Amino acid sequence: MSSATGATERRIVGWQPATVREVIRETPSATTLILDVPGWRGHRAGQHADIRLTAEDGYQAQRSYSIASAPEDGYPSITVERLDDGEVSPYLVDDAQPGDALEIRGPVGGWFVWETSDGGPLMLVAGGSGVVPLRSILRHRALAGSDAPARLLLSARAPESVIYRDELAGADTTITYTRSAPDGWTGYARRVDRDMLAAVGFAPAERPRIYICGPTAFVEGVAADAVALGHHTDRIRTERFGATGG
Amino acid sequence: MPITRGFRRRAESPGDAALPPGQYLTPGFPVLSAGPTPHVPLDAWRLTVGPQSWTWDEFLELPSESITVDIHCVTSWSKLATNWEGVSVDTLLEGLEPGAYVMAGSYGGYTTNLPLEDLTDGKAWVAYNYEGEPLEPEHGGPARLLVPHLYFWKSAKWVTELEITETDEPGFWETLGYHNYGDPWREQRYWGD
Repeated sequence: MSSATGATERRIVGWQPATVREVIRETPSATTLILDVPGWRGHRAGQHADIRLTAEDGYQAQRSYSIASAPEDGYPSITVERLDDGEVSPYLVDDAQPGDALEIRGPVGGWFVWETSDGGPLMLVAGGSGVVPLRSILRHRALAGSDAPARLLLSARAPESVIYRDELAGADTTITYTRSAPDGWTGYARRVDRDMLAAVGFAPAERPRIYICGPTAFVEGVAADAVALGHHTDRIRTERFGATGG
Repeated sequence: MPITRGFRRRAESPGDAALPPGQYLTPGFPVLSAGPTPHVPLDAWRLTVGPQSWTWDEFLELPSESITVDIHCVTSWSKLATNWEGVSVDTLLEGLEPGAYVMAGSYGGYTTNLPLEDLTDGKAWVAYNYEGEPLEPEHGGPARLLVPHLYFWKSAKWVTELEITETDEPGFWETLGYHNYGDPWREQRYWGD
């Protein structure tokens, strides 16, 4: 067996106990949990972590969630969207309270990450709760004092479904509403398409780093549009959260 | 280990006897990819295994098998009794010098490493049909590696080459924190598991 090769010096830390410090209702269907994790070794913006819950009868369930906080925050937080037929997400969104105990493993993932040394410009494109790891990146950029230009294009169903609305508001954030827009809305009100990406994003000649996160169909479409606009595939990183639902 | 207050198994949650540790069943077919989906024209498609190479038409003429297997993703979802059609890696390796390891390479630049013995004796295929239909690009079409006894990132999408080597080198995810071997039954998800 080759399992030791190349991995002898490197380890992902095992399960660690975590306590819910704070619960933030972001939207009717999404909740942020700020976690206290003694000995948390820090994370990079865009990474994820596995969360494990244990029932009184010993039954366990684990899921993978993007980390929402910035490295500078010093704690991991996750923002979870409720999937009605899920087993873990309804608990985390609706039932979790400060003081509740769970376990965390991570951080995990070294690809969908951004550090200030990577530079910009940064083009971030989110579908729904796909904004979570991108929020970590933007927060890292702000707290670290990076001057890399960054723009966020966020596709949301409706005004009430925008996570981190106040934190993300600004000239570099563009929201498009796909189902219902506020009264008097003059901005985009359709799915992200090639024209929108071209208008909001950086030109291919500026070689932006493009991060796309959302449901599979959203990511497939936006990534294909980016390639069609002339962005190099090497500059495009994707993360799809269909796999981590439940 | 800490009990999570108020958390319980959902009544309709399936039994976990058939699942590796830490996995749950999904009715869907989630997608994980690191970048844009490559769209490979069939007339430009090639599969190279050691010194041999096949065009798409040549590949389809190879004897194929129907495969029904459970698949397990490192992000914790599993899917039972998935149906595939593809060419056994044993068929692709016929007549070749033996080696110790394989680096699978894909259109789009993805790589993943496996011991050669994990691809032989009916354990792995290059699959091109899923549930009776041509494999969708987002799931790895035109053809992907299928190594169901390992976590699914080892089943390289858009595979175009199986390079046979004497030494083991980590592939894409294997250099980014994921386990070098990836046995779901031993829960080898990450470095050091």
